[in-house]
Amino acid sequence: MVIIEKLSKSFGSHLVLDEVSLKVEEAENLVVFGRSGTGKSVLLKCIVRLMEPDGGNVSIFGKDVMGLGIDELNELRQQMGFLFQGAALYDSMSVRGNLDFPLIRNSHLTPKEREMRIKDVLEKVSLEEAIDKMPADLSGGMKKRIGLARAIITEPKLMLYDEPTTGLDPITAKEISKLILDLQKELKMTSVIVTHDILCAKIIADRAVMLEDGKIQYTGDITELTTSKDPFLKNFFSDELIEEIGRK
Amino acid sequence: MKSQSLQEKIYRSFEKKSNNFFETIGGLTEFTILFFKNVFKPPYEVDQIRKHMDILGIQTFPIVSLTGFIIGLVITMQTQPVLVRFGAEAFLPGSVGISIVRELGPVITALIFAGRVSSGIGAELGSMRVTEQIDAMEVGAVNPFKYLVVTRIFACTFILPILTVYVIFIALFGAYVAVLLVQNMSFDYFTGAVIKSVEFGDAIPGIAKTFVFGFIVGVVGTYKGYTATNGTEGVGRASTTSVVVSSILILIFDMILVKITLWLWPTI
Repeated sequence: MVIIEKLSKSFGSHLVLDEVSLKVEEAENLVVFGRSGTGKSVLLKCIVRLMEPDGGNVSIFGKDVMGLGIDELNELRQQMGFLFQGAALYDSMSVRGNLDFPLIRNSHLTPKEREMRIKDVLEKVSLEEAIDKMPADLSGGMKKRIGLARAIITEPKLMLYDEPTTGLDPITAKEISKLILDLQKELKMTSVIVTHDILCAKIIADRAVMLEDGKIQYTGDITELTTSKDPFLKNFFSDELIEEIGRK
Repeated sequence: MKSQSLQEKIYRSFEKKSNNFFETIGGLTEFTILFFKNVFKPPYEVDQIRKHMDILGIQTFPIVSLTGFIIGLVITMQTQPVLVRFGAEAFLPGSVGISIVRELGPVITALIFAGRVSSGIGAELGSMRVTEQIDAMEVGAVNPFKYLVVTRIFACTFILPILTVYVIFIALFGAYVAVLLVQNMSFDYFTGAVIKSVEFGDAIPGIAKTFVFGFIVGVVGTYKGYTATNGTEGVGRASTTSVVVSSILILIFDMILVKITLWLWPTI
């Protein structure tokens, strides 16, 4: 489904991704852990070519992403969804406009069919009443839900989540995590989730990897990683847990 | 030792500023090339262009109206005593009319437009850039350059000449009010004198250069916003530098275009 081979990216002399290789199976939820600034978001952006990597390959649905022309890349992007850290809702459009925009641009649906699809995704994220609100009138959690609704409205096969629960209170974070899991089960999407929220990962992840020093250092099941005796993992997860307890 | 460090500071500051200058010039050139590469490719986003023309026109309408009226009034008040001194009072409507049509109307409108619009575009796109809205558009298989940049440049290029024509009329009205304050002159006589003095050849280069000014405002504003970095600080910088760069470029291009016009048509 998604195969990443020897992906490298540096900013000036700072090597962020150092020949990262990774494989994500169909309908799998893969969580990418890592400390802040270890290149988790850069990895996601390289997958969709929002950033051009310095080297390596990414293959999605059997297509070599780096070798695609802009039209082919856009065709491929139509099968992907991306939830940004801050939701990235279009400020100048209402919730309806935000959800309608990808449908107007990338589908041949009639206005009536689009309206039905919008109401359907809003029901999925339990925010039917927000349809005519502007992004500025929404709370952080609501923005994330609408961002999620916008990402899944075109029914993508691959979803990429960049810190989906960052900045949310623990209850809302848990709700968002459960929502992601429910949607994944319902839509049978393959997901790559970048996070350092253990609770979120425990709810969502089928498998987890740890990105450190530009490389995938550990891979395995989430329980394996969190209970590992490895000093780095032990340190990472205990710090994260302390932070989480502190938040609660 | 102290003076060495000061020299070094001056040198570093100069180096940074000149690097920024060349970076901006290079970026603007690249942006302009990208604009021409994208402008002829479908989809043409006509609705977006129309929407931006409406917004930009409405945004700047009150301020250019006021400025145009005051400029017409003040330039007449300043010119009138000078012409009286030389016994050439009768030339007042004509000389003021020519000044407004050839230079003051187009340049003042462009500078006001740059101040109002370029900063607005810089801030809007800058904010979209730092909050990843532009990235979201790109991931959503929409060409953000075409949707956000080309449409705004196009709108700026075509709305500014329309505003300039309007400002010229408002400024001439302001000039007439100033004339009325010092002497009794009928409106028919004033307009007749202006029409008699201002030739078609005066109006065309004046209006034509506003297409270039509008393009400059659009390119600079979108470039500064689209390439903004460093969060909200970057948005603020994009907004202010848009005004500075576009105003300077308007004045530089005005000088070049006046020279070209006089070189091509020396009798104008």
